[in-house]
Amino acid sequence: MLDFSRTYDVLVVGGGNAAMCAAIMARAKGASVLVLEHAGQSFRGGNSRHTRNLRVMHEEPTSQLVGSYLEEEFWEDLKRVTNGHTDEHLARVTIRGTTSAVSWMSQCGVRFQPSLTGTLSLSRTNLFFLGGGRALVNAYYATAQRMGIDILYDSEVEALEIDHDVVRSATITWRGFPATVKAKTFVAASGGFQANIDWLRQYWGDAADNFSIRGTPYAQGKILRNLLDQGVASAGDPTQCHAVAVDARAPKFDGGIVTRLDSIPFSIVVNRDAERFYDEGEDFWPRRYAIWGWLIAKQPGQIAYSIFDSKSAELFMPSVFPVIEAPTISDLAAKLGLDASRLNATIDNYNSAVQKADFNPQILDHCATQGITPPKTHWARKIDTPPYRAYPLRPGITFTYLGVKVTDRAQVLMNSGRTAKNLFASGEIMAGNILGRGYMAGFGMSIGTVFGRIAGEEAAAHALN
Amino acid sequence: MHSTDAIIEARRQAEVCNACRYCEGYCAVFPALERRRAFTNSDIAYLANLCHNCKGCYYACQYAPPHAFAVNFPKVLAEVRHETYAAYAWPRAFAGVFERNGVIVSLAAAIIVTVVLVGVGWLQDPDVIFGIHTQPGAFYAVIPWSVMGGLSAVVFLYSMLALVMGFVNFWRDTGGRASELADITPLAQTASDVLSLRHLGGGGHGCNDRDESFSTLRRWLHHATFYGFMICFASTGTAWFYDTFLNWMAPYPITSLPVVLGCVGGIGLIIGTAGLFWLKLVSDQEPTSRRLLGADVALLMLLGTISFSGFLLLGLRATPAMGTLLALHVGLVLAFFVVIPYSKFVHGVYRAAALLRNRLELRNSTAPQRVLPAKPADKGETAEIFSASAK
Ligand SMILES: Cc1cc2nc3c(=O)[nH]c(=O)nc-3n(C[C@H](O)[C@H](O)[C@H](O)COP(=O)(O)OP(=O)(O)OC[C@H]3O[C@@H](n4cnc5c(N)ncnc54)[C@H](O)[C@@H]3O)c2cc1C
Ligand code: SF4
Ligand code: SF4
Repeated sequence: MLDFSRTYDVLVVGGGNAAMCAAIMARAKGASVLVLEHAGQSFRGGNSRHTRNLRVMHEEPTSQLVGSYLEEEFWEDLKRVTNGHTDEHLARVTIRGTTSAVSWMSQCGVRFQPSLTGTLSLSRTNLFFLGGGRALVNAYYATAQRMGIDILYDSEVEALEIDHDVVRSATITWRGFPATVKAKTFVAASGGFQANIDWLRQYWGDAADNFSIRGTPYAQGKILRNLLDQGVASAGDPTQCHAVAVDARAPKFDGGIVTRLDSIPFSIVVNRDAERFYDEGEDFWPRRYAIWGWLIAKQPGQIAYSIFDSKSAELFMPSVFPVIEAPTISDLAAKLGLDASRLNATIDNYNSAVQKADFNPQILDHCATQGITPPKTHWARKIDTPPYRAYPLRPGITFTYLGVKVTDRAQVLMNSGRTAKNLFASGEIMAGNILGRGYMAGFGMSIGTVFGRIAGEEAAAHALN
Repeated sequence: MHSTDAIIEARRQAEVCNACRYCEGYCAVFPALERRRAFTNSDIAYLANLCHNCKGCYYACQYAPPHAFAVNFPKVLAEVRHETYAAYAWPRAFAGVFERNGVIVSLAAAIIVTVVLVGVGWLQDPDVIFGIHTQPGAFYAVIPWSVMGGLSAVVFLYSMLALVMGFVNFWRDTGGRASELADITPLAQTASDVLSLRHLGGGGHGCNDRDESFSTLRRWLHHATFYGFMICFASTGTAWFYDTFLNWMAPYPITSLPVVLGCVGGIGLIIGTAGLFWLKLVSDQEPTSRRLLGADVALLMLLGTISFSGFLLLGLRATPAMGTLLALHVGLVLAFFVVIPYSKFVHGVYRAAALLRNRLELRNSTAPQRVLPAKPADKGETAEIFSASAK
């Protein structure tokens, strides 16, 4: 039971990676710390519980990473994926911060493993968590408990009251009851707003109802909204979010990694009208998977179908939902609820456009179609070997980009240009400063870990001063 | 292996794991799972026996209950594992003993001990039973060597045969061939896996023995039980050797090899079985199957009691209690020999067999299948994003 009359040195809003890094760091500096997590204990850890790796800079091979990944290359990669929508200074702080983060994570009980099968391409740049993000989250909570950090689950922070650039208190709902908590400093680490469908609807209209949210339902953006409404400066484009194609049968929330589908480059993708709408073989899948959420979101009903034949059945990671299978295209159309004659026409059309060439899934094989729009520029093979198979697809939202603006000390900036005296931010809620667009595997956890540690350290120093 | 609810549920969960793979680093089960795209009943049986029940994958699972996908892999694999004990039991007619195994093993042990006690009391002169015997061959004065040795040998050999037949059943069902058993390297690797309990390490830093925290306690307790058992076995073997070849009959002096080995092994067994029993009681029940507890407890108790009665016999062998204690100890050992193939003891056989199958698979598998065009992902995923302005 919590003593609500107590004034903590540091109050952390949220219970994911960024929050726990801040909490542990602040406690290590001697501050008293309270963590308020909206979720209950079983679902603690936000989106972080679904992650599997973080991106780290390193000068030489380590036990789990091959080769080296230096600051300049890391920075160039970031510049390219964000198309320049980044802040070089904050980005470099993050990149450099990853080097010392790793041993600190180990001290907190986080364990690493070689890159997962199917992700060999990341073995140089990304460090994988043994057991994935939930194991990482467990390690942080165990460490936090050992250090004497107070943690409250089922505790939603409704508002942080800002007065003259100073946060005075937090209004919370604890197990359904309202309460006020006081602290000397505050760390906002409550993630993005991607689970707030009403908010998404502002930019996407009714299409938002057909989105699947890949991560936590607790990412409601309540504190983000609350801070922005009180004159906190924003960073990142509010209208954008990271989205991939997921199986249309995925749950509305928390489907996590297993709902993603990698069949697209070896299939054709049709919409509700049984028509193709984009080049499925434009580039290697890891370079293209993140545009498909967006492409499907623009189709009628936000639904699409990846269709292939038995030749391609084993070329991609197995999916968690069963493949839909039929002996003929017409039967498949019936199972998918598509117009059979239209689907037959689309496939006939596509098949006759396929040119003979050497199919090779490992390279850009230039097996392309000719004379159809859109073309399929690689891995185009006739769909002619029954049984025919399909997966239904929907947009799956990973995270949103809008956040609060921060300094390199994780201090939150006001619209006035001043810093909020005792408010710090880390993780998804400030990632938009650095990752204004695009995505780079493992960088979300890098930002949360590095800025979580900075926020915790700064908050403790401020509180104890 | 026939379809059961547990197998169907384990298959569903294995398919979630195969699309996820986050637990790949914990043990041999996940890499074995990833070598397949679909899972036959026999595949599931094999995976279930490959699982060492470290529970790492439960606490790490983002889909553990109350998530709708309700993945609780250690629990469902334990249930399947128990069903495989029945499915591979020899002879088939005895498969039923794995239902309510705890009760059956306990009852069988109680009956056998009683029969031995009553038998000795009935057939032997009370003066002999309650007399003081310290001369060489003192034990055989109470229970003749031919009866004690003969009966044990017959029962033990039968049990070994039943275990071998169980192994054969497992091997056949999981698609194995006899020729695969001829290769030394995988056998040696398997022996090392078994003797070190390699996969009871949770990927290096211990298992979730009790709860979310990590420890190596269960591994050490299992080592104490296993090596304690083996040392006791060695003690019996030495005694048999002394008796048969050196004509030196029990009881042996405190400092003799059989007694020293018996003591060391017995202490290991008592610590190991008591510790494992305690762990079962205090550990988080979520990733375990409550109804399987009986089978575990019955075997642990039997092994612990045998050691305990052995120490009692050693301590009181020069007193009138020796005759009764000897009958008790012999009865318990005999009971253990009888239940070997029909108790949790069989887990050792099937787990070793699964480890061997795993070693063979590892040897035969070519480099892991890269299912995605692997090349350039480390150059960052893509600059495109989900943008409302592009709508
Ligand atoms: C399926 C999936 C896989 C991913 N894989 C990776 C990966 O491998 N590597 C990588 O770097 N990134 C990955 N990401 C992105 C990554 O999850 C995020 O970048 C990162 O987890 C953000 O951490 P965070 O602590 O800021 O937010 P979160 O982990 O989302 O934590 C936010 C926390 O705040 C709590 N909260 C929210 N509002 C309130 C409130 N009002 N009061 C109290 N608490 C509140 C939530 O309950 C939650 O605990 C993945 C995302 C998804 C969805
Ligand atoms: S146990 Fe859970 S986290 Fe581990 S591989 Fe299976 S689904 Fe993934
Ligand atoms: S319980 Fe342990 S040994 Fe069994 S599958 Fe899970 S991680 Fe592997």
